[in-house]
Amino acid sequence: MPPIRTDWVEVRAESDIVHARQLVRRLSSEMGFRLVDQTKLVTAASELARNTVVHGGGGRLSWECIAEEGREGIRLTFHDCGPGIADVQLALKDGWSTGKGLGMGLSGTKRLVNEFEIESRPGRGTRVTITKWK
Amino acid sequence: MERIPILRMGKFLLITIQVDMHDTTALALQDDLMAKIARSGARGVLIDISALDVVDSYIGRMIADISMMSKLLHARTVLVGMRPAVAITLVELGLSLRGVKTALDVEKGMELLAAALEDGDAADQD
Repeated sequence: MPPIRTDWVEVRAESDIVHARQLVRRLSSEMGFRLVDQTKLVTAASELARNTVVHGGGGRLSWECIAEEGREGIRLTFHDCGPGIADVQLALKDGWSTGKGLGMGLSGTKRLVNEFEIESRPGRGTRVTITKWK
Repeated sequence: MERIPILRMGKFLLITIQVDMHDTTALALQDDLMAKIARSGARGVLIDISALDVVDSYIGRMIADISMMSKLLHARTVLVGMRPAVAITLVELGLSLRGVKTALDVEKGMELLAAALEDGDAADQD
């Protein structure tokens, strides 16, 4: 089914991390997500937006408000053309870090959403898609 | 760049974070606070995050770091006002903020700091 609404925004500068949080807060609030679920999705978006800016050298956030099988949700895709991640499985483990964070970025983010997909290849960038259902 | 104000209340410093912080604003707060503790000899720091609807790993780390750094400068830190949804999210994210003292609101946080200071002074005299 096609998304109800969809658009994208640039995620390049540090201020875009704040904008991404505000955008996701607005979308999830408009769709009537519970406050805890809004907070989880906004936090997940903040982590991924920071990865896009800091590690990916900037990229895009594409968002979709979706409805399928009688349920509504939000799907966010963060896409960059940065250096990519050599070992995605390793990067998903708790404690894995490039040294700038707490090593909770990807594994922690995964726990905050219902669906989490990551595609990355060295030199080819990274694409992370998360979905939260209402 | 935006800067978070640090208010002095007797022996304590009070920081109320009311904006959706940029990462560099958070870093500047760390620097400003350490300078202010060193200059004022403050013995306690109260960080009020009741206006924050999101605390991600970056802000979380900043709070944990401030708590550790303040301790090295002989000041205790109490974090107050965390919203329930933020607490739930932080733990699922994997950030337990171990070592950071908390209180429900500013008043209770002040009491905690004052009590800790009395205990600490008594211990110093022993």
